Amino acid sequence: MSIKIWSPKISQKIMNAVFIISGIITILLLVLIIGYILIKGLPAVSLEFIFSDPIDSGKYGGIFPMIVSTLYVTAIAGVVATPLGIGAAVYMTEYASENKLVKIIRFGSETLASIPSIVFGLFGLTFFVLFLGLGWSVLSGGLVLAMMALPTIFQVSEVTITSIPSSYREGSYGLGATKWQTIYRVVLPAAIPGIVTGVILGMTRAISEAAAVMFAVGASLSVPISIFDPGRPLPLHLYILATEGISLENAYGTAAVLVIIVLAITIISNWAVDKYQNKIMGR
Amino acid sequence: MDKNNLSEFIIEKGLFIMAIFSIIIIFLIISFVLLEGLPAFEDYGFFQFIFGLTWAPNDSQYGVFAMIIGSICVTLLAMLMAVPLSLLCAIFMAEVAPSKVRKILKPVIETLSGIPSVVYGFFGLIVLVPIIRENFGGTGFSMFTASLILAVMVLPTIITLSQDSLRSVPHEYREASLGLGATNWQTIKNIIFPAALPGIITSIILGMGRAIGETLAVIMVAGNVVQIPNSIFDPVRTLTANIAIEMGYATGLHYNALFGTGIVLFIIIIGLLVVANYIQHKYKVDVGGGYL
Repeated sequence: MSIKIWSPKISQKIMNAVFIISGIITILLLVLIIGYILIKGLPAVSLEFIFSDPIDSGKYGGIFPMIVSTLYVTAIAGVVATPLGIGAAVYMTEYASENKLVKIIRFGSETLASIPSIVFGLFGLTFFVLFLGLGWSVLSGGLVLAMMALPTIFQVSEVTITSIPSSYREGSYGLGATKWQTIYRVVLPAAIPGIVTGVILGMTRAISEAAAVMFAVGASLSVPISIFDPGRPLPLHLYILATEGISLENAYGTAAVLVIIVLAITIISNWAVDKYQNKIMGR
Repeated sequence: MDKNNLSEFIIEKGLFIMAIFSIIIIFLIISFVLLEGLPAFEDYGFFQFIFGLTWAPNDSQYGVFAMIIGSICVTLLAMLMAVPLSLLCAIFMAEVAPSKVRKILKPVIETLSGIPSVVYGFFGLIVLVPIIRENFGGTGFSMFTASLILAVMVLPTIITLSQDSLRSVPHEYREASLGLGATNWQTIKNIIFPAALPGIITSIILGMGRAIGETLAVIMVAGNVVQIPNSIFDPVRTLTANIAIEMGYATGLHYNALFGTGIVLFIIIIGLLVVANYIQHKYKVDVGGGYL
């Protein structure tokens, strides 16, 4: 044994303490940020705040149009991105054989996931708003968010489908099922927990995003009725309230609502996926 | 039977089109952003645009160099703070912590990554800016404030990805080292960490990509003055901030110059992505087959 200032046992103890501290710091960061926002923001949140229109650009009043806008853009993103993401994942795992194409598609999806949201914003403005003539609307915003959610849904679905044991497929083929029947009836149902997780992660990204939609949705303060109406999703509203110094109280309230939505989605989806998995495993 | 074959054929082709959709989208993004951004390079001159120190749209001056430096400085400072903490936390979760603790940390990190960036920015604006102003002087809107916020924002990315790469080190490595009498920490330091290093570097690079691309959280705390910062408590403007702040009212060449800023940003991101892929590819070839 070489002579060291600290024996291996002592350095082990020191490092254990360092690791535990790093874990605690990470937890504290979350508690600090969420706790601060909730403590400051919850007093401003009430049913009236949620269901009334903003007055004087959001200085007074509530956030009802922003909640409707958020629902609109998130739903549009989900409806467009979910089938595309799952379809792409099914193709990559069950059909694709050309190695080079698979690599290109994967690199494409990685690249799409890394493009900064503000570049999506620029693209949304030139392509959806101006080139396709969709105007400043929740539709334009939703389509931009669909593109951002696509790689998340695709990657998580792909990993899940790959992990389905091949014996499932063989059993189905053995019974005379075609390839699509096997995918539709056997592979996809088994992969649902993972796919749902992917879709939820993608949707959380869409709910939280402001930079990508700020040039596409139009920032209107009224409730969007049709998908061609402009809107202002919650994160964008918070950004405008905070940076233009309109109302600190309403900014706190909006931030609290956003945090609650994200927390609720994370907790419920974790619980639901756990339950579904237990049900499948239990059989 | 024929009908079955036909529908199987149609399904396969349909799925193929879905699969290449992300490529189509990237192609569209690149062409549309280039289309709007290239006039700025042509009219103003590519090198003048990249290395020009003055950004003054009113005088038709469009040099983005200060913002390139701003983006790089903010990101590097954020990494300096985020990397040690996130690597320790990743090792803790992958190697040290009992599964009970792991079950607490995992949702914590998921939630951290789910918090909207605007909320981070708002928190920075309300809490950090006053603290920095009181303790370090100035307005509190600074490169340091932005880096602090970014450091927290990239934690989940680096922790999750480097944890994956630590986990995928084969169990035999661990057992062999522990069997030789090494302590857990010696095993981590000498065996597991080096084996997982390429994956860890990739996770850091992807974290950098997130930091460079972050927009609104940075705008809310960085002060956004176009200048090359002299100290970490000077305000800076990043490339992303430049686009978001001025896009609302830009016309003509100014509009093109903002798309040009987007192109610069895009090139930086693609560069990082290529490096990350190269590192993963290279170490796999070097060791020949197995995961080390």
